[in-house]
Amino acid sequence: MLSLSQIEKIYRTDTVETLALNNISLEVAKGEFLSIMGPSGCGKSTLLNIMGLLDEPTSGQITIENQVIHGYSDKALSQFRNEKIGFIFQSYHLINDLPVLDNVELPLLYRKVSSKERRKLATEALEKVGLSNRMKHYPTQLSGGQKQRVAIARAIVGRPDLILADEPTGNLDSAMGHEIMEILEQLNTADRTTIVMVTHDEGMAKRTHRLVRLFDGALVSSNQFYTA
Amino acid sequence: MRRRKFFTFISLFGISMTLMILILLTSFYEHIFGGKYPEVYRDRTLFATMIEEADTSNGNNAMRRGPMSLSYINKYVKTLETPEKVAFSSSPNTVNTYGNGKKLKLFFKYTDPVFWEITQFEFLEGKPFNQQTIDANEAVAVINNDTRDDYFGKGVSAIGKTIEINGQDLRVIGVVRGCPITRMMVSADVYMPYHLQKRDPANTQLNGEYMVMALAKSKADLPRIQAEYNDVVKRIPLPKDDFFKPQVLNASLKPYFESMAADTFFNNSDGSTRARFYLFAAAFALLFMSLPAINLVNINISRILERSSEIGIRKAFGASSRTLVWQFIIENVMLTIIGGIIALVLSGAFIAWFNQSDLIPYADLAINWKVAIIAFVLSVVFGLMSGVFPAWRMSKLPVVDALKG
Ligand SMILES: Nc1ncnc2c1ncn2[C@@H]1O[C@H](COP(=O)(O)OP(=O)(O)OP(=O)(O)O)[C@@H](O)[C@H]1O
Ligand SMILES: [Mg+2]
Repeated sequence: MLSLSQIEKIYRTDTVETLALNNISLEVAKGEFLSIMGPSGCGKSTLLNIMGLLDEPTSGQITIENQVIHGYSDKALSQFRNEKIGFIFQSYHLINDLPVLDNVELPLLYRKVSSKERRKLATEALEKVGLSNRMKHYPTQLSGGQKQRVAIARAIVGRPDLILADEPTGNLDSAMGHEIMEILEQLNTADRTTIVMVTHDEGMAKRTHRLVRLFDGALVSSNQFYTA
Repeated sequence: MRRRKFFTFISLFGISMTLMILILLTSFYEHIFGGKYPEVYRDRTLFATMIEEADTSNGNNAMRRGPMSLSYINKYVKTLETPEKVAFSSSPNTVNTYGNGKKLKLFFKYTDPVFWEITQFEFLEGKPFNQQTIDANEAVAVINNDTRDDYFGKGVSAIGKTIEINGQDLRVIGVVRGCPITRMMVSADVYMPYHLQKRDPANTQLNGEYMVMALAKSKADLPRIQAEYNDVVKRIPLPKDDFFKPQVLNASLKPYFESMAADTFFNNSDGSTRARFYLFAAAFALLFMSLPAINLVNINISRILERSSEIGIRKAFGASSRTLVWQFIIENVMLTIIGGIIALVLSGAFIAWFNQSDLIPYADLAINWKVAIIAFVLSVVFGLMSGVFPAWRMSKLPVVDALKG
């Protein structure tokens, strides 16, 4: 599904050079639920952003579904993200000026989908996360857990093959985190969606197929709990 | 993209207010300086409202200025060869009279018959006076329709009836559709043939009560008329008395704008009066337009910074830079178009209201479409530059940076 080969990411500012990712090679199989752990600042988000083509590596190669991502135009990258990848962020990143339903419809806005079809798919996605009664609300009127469920609905509405979740439960209490985790597990088992999730919670990580640990930008260990 | 209502309102307000004020100002300008009813030949007519005799010899600084006397006009202006026609009329004056049980305050003018040839008044009934009227010493008057309605009753025919002006009973021989008072060379409620003016004929001074209009055969003749008149003026002997011994006569025939701007800051004897005014007006308009433009630029930039995370989100979920920039373009152009439409509708409504209100009787303001369209295009350009450039820069950022906001 996804393969990283010798990925390096260096942040340069005027005074310092940060080696955020150091020679990372990683394979994610189709249908796998992978978790990533590591101390703060070790490069987890950086890695996820590179997987999601939101950021470019300084060197190394990314392959998604056998396509080497290299020299893609902005337009091609956008289209690729739109069709293949769904993002879930720790801080939700919803558009506060838009009601919930419009937020969920967002990925479909950049596809050739009729507005009726968009509405239908977004409603279904919201039903999946148990929020169909909040469609007309605005994000600011929702709790953190509800916001994250809206974000999940948005990530899945376009039926991407890959979901990248950066600490999706990081801002939530354990009960809510539990619920979010269940939704992700459901997506993984029922729809065979590949999921890569960054987490600080051992318990969550243990529910996934495999856990890799990062330290100072390098992969240090890998635990297989289950197989996909 | 959905915009914040408040920002939308501010931008819209800025755009439409600016455009509206520009439209209204030019409309008033046209109303006063454009050649409109009944002065349809204004662009090939030259005007003189005043002459000035001056004595600056031996440290003196005496001058006498004012309209012209009949004798002056007959001797030095009517005799010009280049103009097609020369007409004169007295400077506007008011008189009180009683009609229909009401006290009326009327503007009156004494004119010569040529006045009716250079102006193109519409006669609702009757006809103008002519040379025979004057030769036969008839006591007649032409009045405008408001005066007819006030003095004789609404819609009542006035021809042959008598109106009392300055203690004189005048027979009404014509009723014209009135024109706004801003056209001061021609506007009046009552027009009388100049022989009824008793004071001036005896006046042998240069100064008197009359203003002059000289119609050229073509626009190309205007400078030639001016040159001929200047030549004449140089040779006019200046009457001197014990108190005032003028050496110089300042007198010239000028296009309408210059003759009206004679006492303003724009006045410039080298003939660039109008150019100066236009330069000033254009600078003013630009300055004036730049206010909402800067406001718009500011709002757009701050909004885009504020919405950078939105741009990041949209890019993460598949919007390309191009799509986003297009959205900004459409958003800005739509906003400007709506602002323009609001401005047009509001100015249209204001003008309609103003024209039918009696603030200026007979007002005939209209929208100057050329100015409206130029201003409109400029605001679209501003809108585009201010909205699209920052959006374009923002959309070039890596998505992660935009997401961080
Ligand atoms: N835009 C940037 N410019 C410079 N350095 C950066 C930038 N983004 C991240 N870094 C640095 O790269 C390293 C990895 O950052 P990253 O955000 O990937 O860590 P993380 O593992 O996600 O941490 P956390 O658990 O706190 O989210 C950090 O040292 C960080 O300071
Ligand atoms: Mg992080």
